[in-house]
Amino acid sequence: MSEFQTNSRVIKWIEYRLPIFSYVNEHLVVYPAPKNLNYAYNFGSLAGVMLVVQIVTGIVLAMHYTPHVDYAFDSVEHIMRDVNYGWLMRYMHANGASMFFIVVYIHIFRGLYYGSYKSPREVLWFLGIIILLLMMATAFMGYVLPWGQMSFWGATVITNLFSAIPLIGDSVVTWLWGGFSVDNPTLNRFFSLHYLLPFVLIGVVFLHLWALHHRKSNNPLGIDIKGPQDTIPFHPYYTVKDALGLAVFGVFFALFLFFMPNALGEPDNYIKADPLVTPAHIVPEWYFLPFYAILRSIPDKLGGVIAMFAAIFVLFVLPWLDTSRVRSATFRPIYKQMFWLFVIVCLVLGWCGAKPAEGIYIIVSRVATFLYFAFFGLLPFIGWFERPRPLPESINAAVLKSGGGGAMPEGAAAKAEERG
Amino acid sequence: MRGIGKLVVALSIGLGLAGAAAATPAQAAGEARSPLSRDWPHAGPFGTFDRASVQRGMMVYREVCAACHGLEYIAFRNLLEIGLSEDEAKVIAAEYEITDGPDELGDMFERPGKLSDYYPSPFPNDNAARAANGGALPPDLSLVVKARLGGENYIYSLLVGYEDPPAGVELGDTQHYNPYFAGGAISMAPPLFADMVEYPDGTSATVEQMAYDVTNFLTWTAEPKLEARKQLGVKVIIFLVLFSILMYAVKRKVWAGLH
Ligand code: HEC
Ligand code: HEM
Repeated sequence: MSEFQTNSRVIKWIEYRLPIFSYVNEHLVVYPAPKNLNYAYNFGSLAGVMLVVQIVTGIVLAMHYTPHVDYAFDSVEHIMRDVNYGWLMRYMHANGASMFFIVVYIHIFRGLYYGSYKSPREVLWFLGIIILLLMMATAFMGYVLPWGQMSFWGATVITNLFSAIPLIGDSVVTWLWGGFSVDNPTLNRFFSLHYLLPFVLIGVVFLHLWALHHRKSNNPLGIDIKGPQDTIPFHPYYTVKDALGLAVFGVFFALFLFFMPNALGEPDNYIKADPLVTPAHIVPEWYFLPFYAILRSIPDKLGGVIAMFAAIFVLFVLPWLDTSRVRSATFRPIYKQMFWLFVIVCLVLGWCGAKPAEGIYIIVSRVATFLYFAFFGLLPFIGWFERPRPLPESINAAVLKSGGGGAMPEGAAAKAEERG
Repeated sequence: MRGIGKLVVALSIGLGLAGAAAATPAQAAGEARSPLSRDWPHAGPFGTFDRASVQRGMMVYREVCAACHGLEYIAFRNLLEIGLSEDEAKVIAAEYEITDGPDELGDMFERPGKLSDYYPSPFPNDNAARAANGGALPPDLSLVVKARLGGENYIYSLLVGYEDPPAGVELGDTQHYNPYFAGGAISMAPPLFADMVEYPDGTSATVEQMAYDVTNFLTWTAEPKLEARKQLGVKVIIFLVLFSILMYAVKRKVWAGLH
């Protein structure tokens, strides 16, 4: 690791008192990253960018937004119509939330595929799940703020889930609402918390990165870094690669933002909240649909709530459920198939969540819920009888074998990491 | 297991499409007929409002719909955005009576509308609106295009879609049959009849034409920044695509030197 050097006296003066320049140098410039990271590894930096986008656009929105049941909806329309580029801020924020979830879900599946939750990265994994939970809470409360029909009824349905808690359920719900229904006090506290939680997120993201840089990145081969020949400095290699990913993802984001900004939302949310009119279908935002399907697949209310929370909390025990010593699915023939089936199950659950809870949809969501948990239930056994394929002796050896020698032909390096 | 990977991609696309397709007509509650689709001038990445049609639509709103429906998010000054001159907009504003005050004596008073005023609601409150409409509330139209599945196609279909009720459908006294409306029984009488407005530009005022024009107008009221959004979008996409290509080249170059 090359030491931080500078000739600037100002930088030296500051550095002596607060070693911030060497810190940045250590973590963003010379930080040794495995040389074989593929494009699945872009989604972490993308999630970071999305958090910044949400905070910046959110702060601008908050300058014009009024958290009051009589004015909230109007103030959002004021943002859309009268504030300079208010429409841009608002659509960026609303679609940005969806983009954030797309990125984070892919990031999580990447971790599942390459076994990134295994020792020594369990704490890193836990911090990731905490980030997911905080994001969900933030997005849920944010969706209430425009005070449309879906805001109001979504909030009513979801907060009511807490009434399933035995004995104290109803008191808990009253406490959450700050009254006897979702009303102005609810809107006020949701705004307060919606503003707060993203900053808590920043803190957890820092811990997440701290854990990452302490034990270093996993990689598509899932084998440890054995020495400097296995790594490359973060800058310029991964800075350009992340920049490329960001640009391509930017195109995807922009397509939604500028050409179909309401495609991911519900038309009902353009109707002002009305406690006396219940919409025909109350559906949460798409990123909650798989969990919503699990909730509704259990006939008992308390059971459904427990299953829904279990679907996330089971991720905390994953490092111990998976008994295989091999990390990457690349070398685990059975796990690899299970992984893809699990992805399909999650998509099917999402589809069920968007459908009314009746007839065939209930049956499909019950089967899918069973399979969701079966994935975790089977993992310990797979680890015992699966025969992993032989692991390469080192990252460097695998990269060299799959493409280049010391003098690499043009493009060989790119090919090597694309193959993953 | 490339195969399974591909399957997942195919499945997600399939599910997405199925979801989108299923969401459109089915969710509009059970039996509603799926809306007709028309080519809208503001559709597509380069779409812009057809100003002449939007202005005709404003006439339809003013002479027909405004009797029952408000337009609470539109101020008369906004009419300049669809090509009216300041004087024309002032004339339209002055047609409406606006309650203002209190004056020095503490009394409210009526005065003609100004550019800074918003379209006043035709009824003093929701109960009055219901009482005048057989118990049904005529919704404010400012956002209605974005507030219904099917958007402009739905609004257009609703306006041209009135039919005689099929056998077996019971309608209340103030209800009419419209297959595009969820449930079929709507409390709005067919609002449009041929030649009920006289277009100054000579366009023939058929029901379809008026429905088309007023839908264009209501799309503008729902999404007044549509043109700015699409124009900026095209520029941003072009920039990001070029930037991606550049980054791709830079990345190839940087990584080529790696051993
Ligand atoms: C005589 C009063 C009256 C007039 C004039 C009128 N409407 Fe309506 N409109 C209503 C009422 C009442 C409803 C509510 C119907 C219901 O909920 O059953 C309604 C509902 C609607 C809806 C909502 C349908 C839905 O999906 O909920 C739209 C859109 C609409 N009107 C558009 C128009 C347009 C455009 C015009 C002018 C061309 C117009 N209306 C003229 C009374 C009127
Ligand atoms: C983790 C980051 C965040 C997520 C996932 C998120 C998510 C959301 C969502 C889903 C909405 C509803 C969008 C809509 O349909 O209008 C929303 C609205 C809002 N958010 Fe956030 N948000 C985040 C951060 C912030 C921050 C940091 C602020 C303020 C500093 C903020 C301020 C607002 C405001 C004022 C609204 C209401 C205006 C509107 O509806 O557009 N958000 N947020």
